[in-house]
Amino acid sequence: MGPSLSRERERGNRSRLNMLAFVIQRLLQSVVVMLTVALIAFALFNYVGDPINNMVGQDTTIADRERLRQELGLNDSFVVQFARFVGHAAQGNFGLSYQQARPVGQIILEKMPATLELSFVAAFLALLLGVPMGIYTGLHRDSWVSQAMLAVSLVGVSLPTFLIGILLILIFAVMLGWLPSFGRGTVVHIGWWTTGLLTVEGWRAIILPAITLALFQMTLIMRLVRAEMIEVLRTDYIKFARARGLTSRAVNFGHALKNTLVPVMTITGLQLGSIIAFAVITETVFQWPGMGLMFIQAVTFADIPVMAAYLVLVGFFFVVINLVVDLLYYVVDPRLRIEREAAGG
Amino acid sequence: MAEITAPGAPAVAGRPGRWRRFAENDLLWSFRRSPVTVAAAIVAALIIGASLLAPLIAPHDPYDLASLSLMDATDPPAWLADGNWSYPLGTDNQGRDVLSAILYGTRLSLGVGVSAVVLSLVLGVSLGLVAGWRGGIADTLIMRVADVQLSFPAILIALLIDGVARSILPRDQQNEITIYVLVTAIALSYWVHFARTVRGSTMVERNKEYIQAARVIGVHPARIVVGHLLPNVIGPVLVIATINLATAILTEATLSFLGVGLPPTEPSLGTLIRVGNDYLLSGDWWISIFPGIVLALLILSVNLLGDWLRDAFNPKLR
Repeated sequence: MGPSLSRERERGNRSRLNMLAFVIQRLLQSVVVMLTVALIAFALFNYVGDPINNMVGQDTTIADRERLRQELGLNDSFVVQFARFVGHAAQGNFGLSYQQARPVGQIILEKMPATLELSFVAAFLALLLGVPMGIYTGLHRDSWVSQAMLAVSLVGVSLPTFLIGILLILIFAVMLGWLPSFGRGTVVHIGWWTTGLLTVEGWRAIILPAITLALFQMTLIMRLVRAEMIEVLRTDYIKFARARGLTSRAVNFGHALKNTLVPVMTITGLQLGSIIAFAVITETVFQWPGMGLMFIQAVTFADIPVMAAYLVLVGFFFVVINLVVDLLYYVVDPRLRIEREAAGG
Repeated sequence: MAEITAPGAPAVAGRPGRWRRFAENDLLWSFRRSPVTVAAAIVAALIIGASLLAPLIAPHDPYDLASLSLMDATDPPAWLADGNWSYPLGTDNQGRDVLSAILYGTRLSLGVGVSAVVLSLVLGVSLGLVAGWRGGIADTLIMRVADVQLSFPAILIALLIDGVARSILPRDQQNEITIYVLVTAIALSYWVHFARTVRGSTMVERNKEYIQAARVIGVHPARIVVGHLLPNVIGPVLVIATINLATAILTEATLSFLGVGLPPTEPSLGTLIRVGNDYLLSGDWWISIFPGIVLALLILSVNLLGDWLRDAFNPKLR
């Protein structure tokens, strides 16, 4: 009893140490990625075009330009300038937008709620429909409903996002006239956050863009859940559970579904990042006043501070999402911990 | 066919002819067995063929501004009231024939897609070979970049590269070079898959006997890599290329739709849909929907062909 208990404790310690090493390693990786993204944004910000030219008029003298250059610190060394850029970026300070002559941080803060609201509604919709459809098609593989769902999902994967948006606008806004085709409807201000989810118009406006954005993710989740279900239902412990005489309900949902959810969680987490990326397209189709539309407009007007800020922000979202998903995976799936232990010890 | 292969025939006497071997191979057999794949191949061949023959079969020349007349603008398709059989699928806001615009637009979409895939293949395969063959610091560097890039969606990377390039390049030349910018942006966002696959198989092949033998007899390393190694790692690459072709066409269409791709003076399918989108609310649906259907069919059929190739090459599924 004694030795085995101490061995147990030792293993617990080692596992915790492993966990800590893993977390630190992942954090360092994230910081490196984030610094790389910041470096690209900084290079863009500083070396594309002349920042001074964008700030002053034609009649500014060379001496004045030089003074401004000195004041803005554009004559400092690369490292100093980069450090300053990172410092400012961490505080949300990205300078002034060329196009609107307003602080970029302020513009982004105004646009962010629209994008996040749309993304979360879409992600929720994709999960709400995708998981049950995946379970159904996984359990009833040969029914015609499953076949129909799979065929539709193949088309859903092949149709470009913007085309789905256009089709939805054509049917529900132009032909039937049920739903608005652009904008957010009426929004309510709560502090700096604006929400359309408290008004009827806001809900009506979010339906079409949310479906457009959710469709691809939904088919992906459905196919994933289906594949995992089929895989798990073949394993021995499911056969054993059936042999024990458990109801098929208990087997399917208590045993099988639970084990399919780990990969589903990972992919869904990672897909949250793509939802934010694909929001660029959806927002353009529906003229949704979010960060994606802002970015496209910035590209058209060569508004470099806005582009740089968007780059850093999206990079940040992705790094955080990847990090959280990796850590969650490690926490949820015990096999990973054991593998690492075996590899480490 | 027989005449062309005849001079080489004596050399392979005793073995079945080239054509026989081709007709009897596994790939073709699995192709004929899958009706969906055959249908996809027919659709893809039709679209590609029609777009290549665009100058011959298009009823109008969409680039010829002199032939455009605003009198004919936004005509509906021929089978609707007010339709006109000289414009079978209707006309756009400038009186351009939608069918002709689609034919020429598909050409551009395919051109950009194929060039982007070829460029990313060359880039990815070269980097993958270097990483797998040399190992060490080159390997670490290339694969780290690949890892970082893989954690972002490719379409976002293409959008960023394209956007940055647009703000660097002078405004007045943008229309001429925009197509090269587009090809480069798409290629730079899809090389990772090629590089990873090639690196993996290179590391396996590197230690096999035929490579060791070539080394021992003193073949130049560059020749070993290109002449001996490359032919043995290229198979899966071609499968990835087919799947990436669908994605590249989709990416081009998306960028053009967003207004950062090909300009309206040289419209690809994406640009046509973008132009038509402005007229959707006034009920002129045909300007954007017909190019949309062609785009969707093209992507779907190439995707299905890619899936079939992947399964046919996958020994686990045989």
